[in-house]
Amino acid sequence: MKIQQLSLFIENKPGHLGSICADLDRYGINILALSLADTTSFGILRLIVDDWKKAKKSLEADGHVVNVTEVVAIEVPNHPGGLVKVLDAIENSEINIEYMYAFAGNPELNTAALIFRFDKSDAAVKMLSNAGISGVDAVSIFN
Amino acid sequence: MSTYWNDKNSPMNPVSAPDFLPTEQMRELQLYRLQGVVKHCYDNVEFFKNRLDEKSIAPDDIKTLGDIAKLPFAVKTDLRDNYPFGLFAVPMNDIVRLHASSGTTGKPIVVAYTEEDMKVWVNVMVRSLAACGVSSEDILQNAYGYGLFTGGLGLHCGAEALGATVIPISGGNTNKQIMLMKDFGSTVISVTPSYFLHVVEVASEMGISIKDLPLRVGIFGAEPWTFEMRARIEEQAGIKAYDIYGLSEIIGPGVGVECSAQNGLHIFEDHFYPEIINPDTGEVLPDGTEGELVLTTLTKQAIPMIRYRTRDITKIMTEKCECGRTIRRIEKISTRSDDMMIIRGVNVFPSQIEAALLTIEGTLPHYMIYLTKEHDLDCLEVKVEINSTQFGDTVSAIEGLKFRIAESIKSVVGVSVKVTLVEPKTIERSQGKAKRVIDLRNTK
Repeated sequence: MKIQQLSLFIENKPGHLGSICADLDRYGINILALSLADTTSFGILRLIVDDWKKAKKSLEADGHVVNVTEVVAIEVPNHPGGLVKVLDAIENSEINIEYMYAFAGNPELNTAALIFRFDKSDAAVKMLSNAGISGVDAVSIFN
Repeated sequence: MSTYWNDKNSPMNPVSAPDFLPTEQMRELQLYRLQGVVKHCYDNVEFFKNRLDEKSIAPDDIKTLGDIAKLPFAVKTDLRDNYPFGLFAVPMNDIVRLHASSGTTGKPIVVAYTEEDMKVWVNVMVRSLAACGVSSEDILQNAYGYGLFTGGLGLHCGAEALGATVIPISGGNTNKQIMLMKDFGSTVISVTPSYFLHVVEVASEMGISIKDLPLRVGIFGAEPWTFEMRARIEEQAGIKAYDIYGLSEIIGPGVGVECSAQNGLHIFEDHFYPEIINPDTGEVLPDGTEGELVLTTLTKQAIPMIRYRTRDITKIMTEKCECGRTIRRIEKISTRSDDMMIIRGVNVFPSQIEAALLTIEGTLPHYMIYLTKEHDLDCLEVKVEINSTQFGDTVSAIEGLKFRIAESIKSVVGVSVKVTLVEPKTIERSQGKAKRVIDLRNTK
């Protein structure tokens, strides 16, 4: 359920996002999920990749500052109301969502994946398991 | 090589003896030398003769050390106006060395040394290094620039005379600096603080921690740096960082230096007589009061300098130093009146911004100050590099860091500031003297 997310600080300048993605391409790293938080002067790029250790090492070798954060990835049915069930469970706990992003995941199983950054990730994992919500690991998000 | 003066069993380096002279004896020596240098200037330099004649002062009028206040000041433009050789007090035949300032604007400033001047320079440099605990056992990597700049050769000659092993690598060539530091086992480095930070950073990228190397002492000078910067350097590199002070117009490095107490810089006042003046009125201020440092060379032959205004703001410290030296100390200089920025009518020094910035946990000492005009109003912007330890993955964490930096700077300088966080290694690294202020207010 817990997976490693890479995050990068990027200045708000043309070409910065592209150069990071080009670096990952060069090292043969596949991006599984991506989210970009933007402000007027900078952005935070958050990435779930197939090999986060290799990605971190490669990006750092190219001079980027890479942070590793533990996030929680869960799988929900890809139909109306799928997300509501999860949010209800979180709402009834004492756990805060710092941010989240979602995307339609495995088309065959018709599931969607949600990536959460909680203030207390261990407590969140326990709570979600108790609520019968299943997690997913990075590699199986798309497979 | 072991020599008598730096034998480990000896309580002090005999070359350092004048550092411990009883004050009364020092004052006698200073008066004797002051009278000599004023006469030397009057007799041999037209510029000084005219200045003294204008004020109707004759060399014989100097009867006490206090009489120095009667003498006119000299300033940097006097050197520039007399370019190249107008202030020389001896024939060219007696000059053995020329140096020149970097000369960022127009003609450089030329300084010269006789053989005797070189001996004085070497003497104060040996005393400087000894005060920082350097001995003949040390391997000194000299990363000051060699050439017209006085820093490189000044350190070089002093360290050699001390009997240390000198690596004359000069500035720049960072990878090689690190390789030699490791392979040769340098124990001392002489370098500008800004360049040393760059060396530490590159070493860490190469997977080398300076802390694990034999390096134990850094002799830092040629640019103002703060106590906060010292704390960062000592922590990151695991060394003792000492401040050395000097200026070409007086002799180069070796005018003053810190001792093991790291509390103020001892001025080698048997050769350089210090005064503190009110920079606006020129009035001499008592010891312990802050003002502009004025120096008179007491022994210099080639270009003697009477009451040279350094533009450096400091004070003469009155308490006795714990190291036992009796020569007076000035407070560590982090302010030059030349560096003062006037922002919306408020006087701000880059050192204040550096100090405020470095009090924030996790900031990197790589920053640049920009001054711009927006709607005819001065704007202060500080760009700071963000590093991995301070970098949260949430917007609020980064906004919070920006806010803390801005508040810290504002509380010190009294002017609001725009803080921009930038990616690592996007701010240019200096190979010598760092340029940290870019004033775009008068350009369109």
